[in-house]
Amino acid sequence: MLPLTSSTEVDEQFRRRTLLVIVAVSIVFLLLAARLLVLQVLQGERFTYLSENNRVRLKRIPGIRGTVFDRKGRLLAHSPPAFDLLLVPEDAEEPEVTLRRLALLLGWDERELLGVLSNNRSRPPFGEIILRKDIDWRSVVAVETHQIDLPGVTLRIRPKRSYPDKGMTAHLLGYLGEINPGQLRSLGNRGYRLGDEIGRFGLEKTLEEHLRGKSGGQQVEVNALGRQVRVLFQVKDVPGYSTFLTIDRDLQEIAYQALDGKEGVIIALEANSGAILALVSAPAFDPNLFARGITAQEWRAILGDETHPLQNRAIQGQYPPGSIFKMVLAIAALEEGVIEPDTRLFCNGSLAVGRRVFRDWKKEGHGEVDLHKGLVESCDVYFYQLGLQLGVDRIARYARILGLGEKTGIALQGEKEGLIPDTRWKMKEYGQRWFTGETPSVAIGQGYVSVTPLQMASLMAAVANGGTLYRPWFVRKLESVDGTVIREYGPQKIRSLPFKKDTLDRLRRALRDVVNSVKGTGSEARSDLVEIAGKTGTAQLAKMRGAVIKSEDLPYSIRDHAWFMAYAPNERPEIVVAVLVEHGGHGGSGAAPLAKKVIDSYFSPKGHRVALSDGREASKQGEALAN
Amino acid sequence: MGERPPSREKPLQIDRRLASHFDWSLFALAMGLALLGILTIHSATIDITKEPSGLFVLRQLYWLLIGLGAMVVCFTVDYHSIDRLTYLFYSGVLVLLLLVPFFGTVSGGSQRWLNLGYFALQPSELGKLVMVLVLAKKLQYDEFNEGYRLRSLWVSFLLAIPIFALIMLQPDLGTAGVFFLVFLSVILVGGLRIRSILRLAGVGIVLLPVGWQFLKPYQKIRFWAFLNPELDPLGAGYHLIQSKIAIGSGGLLGKGYLLGTQNRLNFLPAQHTDFVFSVIAEEWGFVGCVILLGLYLTLILLSLRVVMRARDRLGALLAFGMTAILFWQVTINVAMVTGNLPVAGIPLPFLSYGGSSLVVTMMAVGLLINVSMRRFTF
Repeated sequence: MLPLTSSTEVDEQFRRRTLLVIVAVSIVFLLLAARLLVLQVLQGERFTYLSENNRVRLKRIPGIRGTVFDRKGRLLAHSPPAFDLLLVPEDAEEPEVTLRRLALLLGWDERELLGVLSNNRSRPPFGEIILRKDIDWRSVVAVETHQIDLPGVTLRIRPKRSYPDKGMTAHLLGYLGEINPGQLRSLGNRGYRLGDEIGRFGLEKTLEEHLRGKSGGQQVEVNALGRQVRVLFQVKDVPGYSTFLTIDRDLQEIAYQALDGKEGVIIALEANSGAILALVSAPAFDPNLFARGITAQEWRAILGDETHPLQNRAIQGQYPPGSIFKMVLAIAALEEGVIEPDTRLFCNGSLAVGRRVFRDWKKEGHGEVDLHKGLVESCDVYFYQLGLQLGVDRIARYARILGLGEKTGIALQGEKEGLIPDTRWKMKEYGQRWFTGETPSVAIGQGYVSVTPLQMASLMAAVANGGTLYRPWFVRKLESVDGTVIREYGPQKIRSLPFKKDTLDRLRRALRDVVNSVKGTGSEARSDLVEIAGKTGTAQLAKMRGAVIKSEDLPYSIRDHAWFMAYAPNERPEIVVAVLVEHGGHGGSGAAPLAKKVIDSYFSPKGHRVALSDGREASKQGEALAN
Repeated sequence: MGERPPSREKPLQIDRRLASHFDWSLFALAMGLALLGILTIHSATIDITKEPSGLFVLRQLYWLLIGLGAMVVCFTVDYHSIDRLTYLFYSGVLVLLLLVPFFGTVSGGSQRWLNLGYFALQPSELGKLVMVLVLAKKLQYDEFNEGYRLRSLWVSFLLAIPIFALIMLQPDLGTAGVFFLVFLSVILVGGLRIRSILRLAGVGIVLLPVGWQFLKPYQKIRFWAFLNPELDPLGAGYHLIQSKIAIGSGGLLGKGYLLGTQNRLNFLPAQHTDFVFSVIAEEWGFVGCVILLGLYLTLILLSLRVVMRARDRLGALLAFGMTAILFWQVTINVAMVTGNLPVAGIPLPFLSYGGSSLVVTMMAVGLLINVSMRRFTF
């Protein structure tokens, strides 16, 4: 038989080597199996954990911050959805083309958009780029309708804190800021995360705990692109409590507009509870800037503003009270019996104490003055003498009983105490005894004395309501979103003033005449709508030596502060209004008209607002009511 | 060289005796593995977007049919007849490889495929087969049973170099590596003398650092990423880490068919091609892996039995070359996906999605069957 081929037969060496190969192959496969044993059985648990880690993401859903309403249920602060425009370049076949189309569609700057893309080169794969935060509604609609032409572009919805009234409620409501690393450490166990917002100022800060809500979470399965495939498990988020304030939005607006262009404070309180109806500090700032994420430039502008818009002057501004402090002197003198109310003193326009001469604001003097006339015409010489008879320590004691020199305890942070001087304070602070020659200044609310507008407002409320000093408050009620009342707040009495009824009655009669008598300094606050009582104050910043210079002629920065403290109606007071206008000149002209506007608006028919620009319109409405 | 009497056997006829020696076990193993591949590709591609689901499975089934046809041709024609056409095949493959740089489709930074209208062909896959044919032709006459010297193999080296170089230039480091290992395996086992083997080893050690210089930067990065995948978990190390997570999380019994999260959520890269083993490992666990490796081992041991029983050196060399191709691909692929070798695109025989690989693997098995069924013919 012929061989089919000349190829030689398989030799022994080949066979031997093939046997070796069989052994080698078996060993290799054994090693592979051993490797799999290690990976799958010995380390299986670890890799199972890692694969779960891969696919399961915990998505945190922060609770929506509570809404803030005024006393009539009108919106003051809320968290409506805002839209951020995102781009995932991997989802766009050509990101540049998409961005160019987007720029064309929305009328944005093309180079700026492309710049955002190149600024984000080092993001993780499939990481999203924020093209622009908080885009307007028109752009949202445009992007939604052109979704097909804009591959890779998506909209993200997130709640954004919004204060519709902007500066009007800025100092009351405050603002939010991104939590800083220090706070994050100290609040670590309260569930805050980096990037969360936290109340930084005002109500937002004080009520942070209640407004914040509870974050929920979702356990979601994601694919390798990080896209959510399905929700595995979820915990519902809980919105923060709705907060109802004692603030009346209308009154707040009137006060805000009254202070427009000025630096100052208007506070309106309920006389019989201390509840705040309006509280405005001017100038204000727009808290929405902080919610949007304030730019460095805007922040510098606010900080560098010489009018200090961030300061809440109502509780942080410490001013010499000027003549409104005479109310304290009057009470002290009557209570201490250092003077009979009808005793007359003579005012010739000045009083010499030692070598110093203290002038009256009225150069030619007030003539014969009793307590009533002293208050109504705000005679300085009369009160210099009262002060000298009382002595600084007795003045200080009464001032403190009336709540001066201590924080009112309002639920806002950063409140100042003001300063009520006495001999102990002088010794401690200056290592000096008190000189009698310093007392007359104190008696007319100058010198070392300083108060905050809110302290004076609550003092005025105590005078108006017959002797109860209330802590000013403005949070009435917290409700959960389903309407369950969580907490209700009411008036909080600091103390009942231990004064004779006659003392306050006399004071109040004088305050009525300040506004309503011919010679009263507060006549500009006189209203046809309601009988207003009050006290003017003019706090001097510059000492006048020699000639009396009219405040209006002084440079702005040393012009007098104008005060007016008022309540109405005179017989059964309901509302107290405190006005301070920095550098506003005389209290009677610089502050009293503003108080009148607020009070008139309060007593105007419900549902109607008084037009501030035209005082006569208010009168007409008043007449209409009377008819 | 001796005279070559003409063969009496008509090439395309299988007589009854031949049919009775048909190696059913090899055939069944190959078909079993290929069908397992279809199942796994279904799981691996069920979520891939942009393609209608099922398209991959359909295409692979279609390639399986073509592969089956190629296999039948490969075992029907007597391997001695095939041997006679070796240089024709060699030239054909060389031409195809030469066409790649001019007409080839570029994908993932390299140019490997020739687009032939309905399908894309990867000529480098055929390169491995044809090299085995060349070596078998050259090494079949060891009449004195004393082994070859290196210098007597110079023609084989000369023929191997263009193919190897063209594959390297694509670049397809993985296929070039398998090509090199197959070449080495055949000359080591089938021919070289011990002394020549030692000399070759010496040269290899010297040349290793030189070879490193020729690697592309991404290939070097892959190498370092292999040594320490955590260096760059989202970049170069990503494939390795995700593959190990997929395999490891399969545990003892696996997550179940179609339930592999690494696979279904696309954490696994190339899960239907190079990383198809990871899909099986994740869904069928250690038990499934051991069974699969057992099937491969059985296939390889059966193939080596074909080598031992081959009627002549030509058959033994052919069978051994085919076995080497299967062995190295399985070993490198599994070592790669388990993180024991750098990532270098090597498909898993029978299982990975891809026409050229499947058809060439089926042809290899066809040649094994060819040698096996003709072991008794004289």
